[in-house]
Amino acid sequence: MATDAERVRAQRTESFSDRWTQLKYDHNWLGFWFMLPAAAFLLLFLTYPLGLGIWLSVTDTRIGREGGFIGLENFEWLNEDPVFWLSVFNTFLYTTVASVIKFGLGLYLAILLNSHMPWKAIIRAVVLLPFIVPTVLSAIAFWWIYDTQFSIISWTLIEMGWIDENINFLGEPNNARASVIAANIWRGIPFVAITLLAGLQTIPQSLYEAATIDGASRWQMFRHVTYPMLTPIIAVVMTFSVLFTFTDFQLIYAMTRGGPANATHLMATLSYQRAIMGGNLGEGAAISTAMIPFLLAAILFSWFGLQRRKWQQGESDD
Amino acid sequence: MAEVRIRGVRKSFGNVEVIHGVDVDISDGEFVVLVGPSGCGKSTLLRMIAGLERITDGEVMIGGRVVNQMPPKERDVAMVFQNYALYPHMKVYDNMAFSMKLRGAEKSEVDQRVQKAADILGLTPFLERYPRQLSGGQRQRVAMGRAIVRDPQVFLFDEPLSNLDAKLRVQMRTEIKELHQRLKTTSVYVTHDQIEAMTMADRIVVMHDGIVEQAGEPLDLYDNPTNTFVAGFIGSPAMNFVRGTVRANGGPARLEAKDGVALPLGDGWSGQDGRSVVYGIRPEHLVLAEAGQRSVESEIAVVEPTGAETLLVSRVAGGEFQAVFRERHAFRPGTRVQLAPLLDKVHLFDAETGQRL
Ligand SMILES: Nc1ncnc2c1ncn2[C@@H]1O[C@H](COP(=O)(O)OP(=O)(O)OP(=O)(O)O)[C@@H](O)[C@H]1O
Ligand SMILES: [Mg+2]
Repeated sequence: MATDAERVRAQRTESFSDRWTQLKYDHNWLGFWFMLPAAAFLLLFLTYPLGLGIWLSVTDTRIGREGGFIGLENFEWLNEDPVFWLSVFNTFLYTTVASVIKFGLGLYLAILLNSHMPWKAIIRAVVLLPFIVPTVLSAIAFWWIYDTQFSIISWTLIEMGWIDENINFLGEPNNARASVIAANIWRGIPFVAITLLAGLQTIPQSLYEAATIDGASRWQMFRHVTYPMLTPIIAVVMTFSVLFTFTDFQLIYAMTRGGPANATHLMATLSYQRAIMGGNLGEGAAISTAMIPFLLAAILFSWFGLQRRKWQQGESDD
Repeated sequence: MAEVRIRGVRKSFGNVEVIHGVDVDISDGEFVVLVGPSGCGKSTLLRMIAGLERITDGEVMIGGRVVNQMPPKERDVAMVFQNYALYPHMKVYDNMAFSMKLRGAEKSEVDQRVQKAADILGLTPFLERYPRQLSGGQRQRVAMGRAIVRDPQVFLFDEPLSNLDAKLRVQMRTEIKELHQRLKTTSVYVTHDQIEAMTMADRIVVMHDGIVEQAGEPLDLYDNPTNTFVAGFIGSPAMNFVRGTVRANGGPARLEAKDGVALPLGDGWSGQDGRSVVYGIRPEHLVLAEAGQRSVESEIAVVEPTGAETLLVSRVAGGEFQAVFRERHAFRPGTRVQLAPLLDKVHLFDAETGQRL
């Protein structure tokens, strides 16, 4: 009897250790455990704030007062609010104009930097400068550049005799919009230019030589070789550029705080103003939440843009 | 079609001159191979003909026109690159049609030319594929197709076969040769492989360190190399060289080498008595000595049978001799054989200048 019991126990431990070895070599099972810490981090630092934001947007929470669930009331409220719609318009204007110009100038700069010229390394480093300076610092610099009395631009133009009085850069709605867009472009170009430059450098020189012999002009080389070979990286860069611009906060907040007359309020700055300054956490969160569909659309767009093109190296043959 | 004349062409990169005055005349319809060791300037010369590299000095003429200042597209040349340089984002058809589309040719004409080239090269089934969906040999063919479609005055090839495996290389060699016989377009072909040069060329130009060592028909170069460089470069296995002094007194003419070894020479060389020379003999011009034949004794080091022939490596006068036999012999390493050079196949070169005597 005793021996039987022992045998059973022995068998059990044996099968247990068997399964253990099996599990040790089971990649899915092991992989799950390896993934867990990363997943926990993501959950904690990404999903939790996002979830909290969305939850707040359907409550009437204020600073210092626990709120209750109110359904879509915040959104209905916002729908009636012309300032909210103005901020949506501003955000789109800001993102579209800035991204298009950043792309154009960035690509031009990248092509310029990719060609042979003296002091190439130094010029490349200089191009990165706007990217390195902290945003708030550059915003303050722009603040001075755009100052109503001491603006260097106004001063130069007056000295040159082009205008008679100072330009009111940040005080007049359309001037202010143009000014903040210009600042955003200045700041965003290095990222676009340097990334596209990296892309340009992956295009083999021999393709250009082949195209030269095939009789392509410089424009035709750009149109038929450079541009198509660059499309994958353009998709990545422009997606990031659009996301950064759409969610911009620092630059605007440091320069105009959304003024004058809300002309430069973006969704992000408006959300901050309503939630933190105004104390209406629920309403601010609703504004932020309203950005999500637009951002998702941008990501989807790039997802399709990023699909492996048939000609690219890699597995999927179709 | 056109002839190509290269007159005193020099090329410097910065202040380093890499091509020191090259003259080559290529007649209409000729297939000329530029051959030479790595870094001798073959590609640079080819790229100067193509217009991809500025000509520092001298003249390049295509079809009677000086093209030094002419942009590549006006030179009417087509080039096949070593890495093929196919446009990865274009299908085979578009790769081949690209140059004609740029020129704004009629769609029907483009189509007809591409189909014809594809037909010649057996590419018809692959026209709708991207380059990455092709094998190395097929890509190579597309690169040639791209050149053929243009129907240029001159084809330029820069080591087009060096990325292929040995078997495919031999096959493509024949195909390119056939293609040339069919199209009769003037061609300049660069390679560092002397077998490729020998088998494909109407005429070979041997380059070395930025100069032309010798130019001529393949067998002429093989039989009458003008110096030790060409003698050693053309032919595989390479020519055997022994340094020594010609002696004609007290017996038949011979070469006295290290360790008192004597190599037989024809009587014609008696006049060179006392001269320091390099003695050259090709491996297939060494035979096993029959009784009474003038020969040199050597010790067998390695025997390499390939089936069709046997390569024998043996030691003579402190150096190595390679000999090739079509018949099968029972050679054993460590034993001695008497090798007899065919006296009328011996080459003598001046020991100082390396020039043929
Ligand atoms: N762009 C360049 N700048 C400076 N030197 C160069 C340049 N291109 C080639 N050279 C030099 O010119 C010489 C000839 O080069 P080339 O490419 O013509 O050699 P090659 O005969 O084609 O050799 P391989 O068989 O290895 O292709 C080499 O010494 C090389 O270092
Ligand atoms: Mg080369």
